[in-house]
Amino acid sequence: MRASGPPRAAIVDYGMGNLFSVKHACEFAGMRAEVTADARQLLAADAVVLPGVGALGDAMEALRQRGLVAALREVAASGKPLMGVCLGMQLLMSESHEFGRHAGLGVIEGDVVRLPEARVDGRRVKVPNVGWQPVRAAGAAAGEPVPAWSGSPLATIKNGSFLYFVHSYVTQPADAGLALSTTPFADGEFCSSLARGNVFACQFHPERSGAAGLGIYQAFAAAASRSTAQ
Amino acid sequence: MTVRVIARLDIKGASLVKGIHLEGLRVLGRPEEFARHYYAEGADELVYLDVVASLYQRNSLLDIVERTSREVFIPLTVGGGLRSLDDIRRVLRAGADKVSINTAAIANPQLIRDAARSFGSSTVVVSIEAIRKPDGTYEAYTDNGRQSTGVDAVQWAQQAVELGAGEILLTSIDREGTGKGYDLELTRTVARLVPVPVVAAGGAGKIEHVADAVTQGEADAVCVASLLHYAYVRERGSVAADEGNLEFLKSGRAFSKIEPASMPQLKARLRQYGINCRPENAR
Repeated sequence: MRASGPPRAAIVDYGMGNLFSVKHACEFAGMRAEVTADARQLLAADAVVLPGVGALGDAMEALRQRGLVAALREVAASGKPLMGVCLGMQLLMSESHEFGRHAGLGVIEGDVVRLPEARVDGRRVKVPNVGWQPVRAAGAAAGEPVPAWSGSPLATIKNGSFLYFVHSYVTQPADAGLALSTTPFADGEFCSSLARGNVFACQFHPERSGAAGLGIYQAFAAAASRSTAQ
Repeated sequence: MTVRVIARLDIKGASLVKGIHLEGLRVLGRPEEFARHYYAEGADELVYLDVVASLYQRNSLLDIVERTSREVFIPLTVGGGLRSLDDIRRVLRAGADKVSINTAAIANPQLIRDAARSFGSSTVVVSIEAIRKPDGTYEAYTDNGRQSTGVDAVQWAQQAVELGAGEILLTSIDREGTGKGYDLELTRTVARLVPVPVVAAGGAGKIEHVADAVTQGEADAVCVASLLHYAYVRERGSVAADEGNLEFLKSGRAFSKIEPASMPQLKARLRQYGINCRPENAR
């Protein structure tokens, strides 16, 4: 174990996405953040963020080329905090239907499927789904803390908080009990975040979601500190 | 679905500027300061457009992007003079979330496909600056409305989406900075045609115009500049800028066609029109 200090977050660099927004949010939350494609750095860090926007098949290929697939599975199994953001959430799943079938990292059993074509009030619902949407759970009134979120990075936000999304695909965990929140789309809803043990994943971008999103990074940093102390 | 209200900041060198028809630039202040203010008052996104986009000023833009991204935690789109994947990579590394490309994409449409493949479709915003022709069609212009291209703006929007654009930023040059309202026909035509979000820009002079862009123009998001800038200049009451034409600000006059409105005022009124907006920046 190393000496105390700010927890170190490794941000997985596979060439895609707003890595530097994630870095700035980690630093704001008090972590030392490193953007890296080095498997050893992922394994040495106190916490790992798997970010990304883009196509899942390309991203899996990029992770393979950089030799990061095994390291990410090891991080997921290690007990240290791992956060998958947007495409990073989708990468954690076992299957994807984007441009044909692709196998994901398989950390979480479940599918990745395209948002359905839909019309609301006669207007086509646009995909990619871009914008601020509410993140909700059963068991609490709007604007209240959600009991099921305590101990998760969502513990810092209220039921129905608005967070920023930009995506065309959503995850469907095989075990619906892993879902922490849902978010409306057209006349339905999708799983907007999930958690299992040390693994947290969200379809929204907390690093671009204002004060609510920064709270999620602060909770993640706190979990990283606890993990370091063990 | 909430409608995004996006603050657009036109940048020249180290300054926030505002022009009419994208010309006749006036210096309003430092972009980071306006960005922080709009973030605090609940803007949904920010767009930085380098309106001069000369290469010798590029490092100044990258510095502004990096400083902004460290303290403003909402999506930041950066455009103006991005010509290659390397240019795009540099602004993303500085902390931008999306890039907006116009001139280079028209010159080389393949850049859209390459950028979407390299950085993800939703990172690539294609900016279309359109002028209405006497026959009622629209022509795409480049170089901040200075250069005619002969390209039909509506067809170009469709082609850009097929190549991988994740959003279309649609500016009416005719209306830009005039305060006469968005070009609703242009906005509606493109918004109905393409499956991706369309951001209406150019022309908002009062809050009703912004509402019209959504209800009649069917825009998925709206870009607002003068309304917000003049409200903040008025609220702040002083000016901090290094260069350029400060005479306008020193004169204390606002542009008469613009009715300034802060972001909270704007969103409150949009809600009265039945338009869903994200609440204030809160947990």
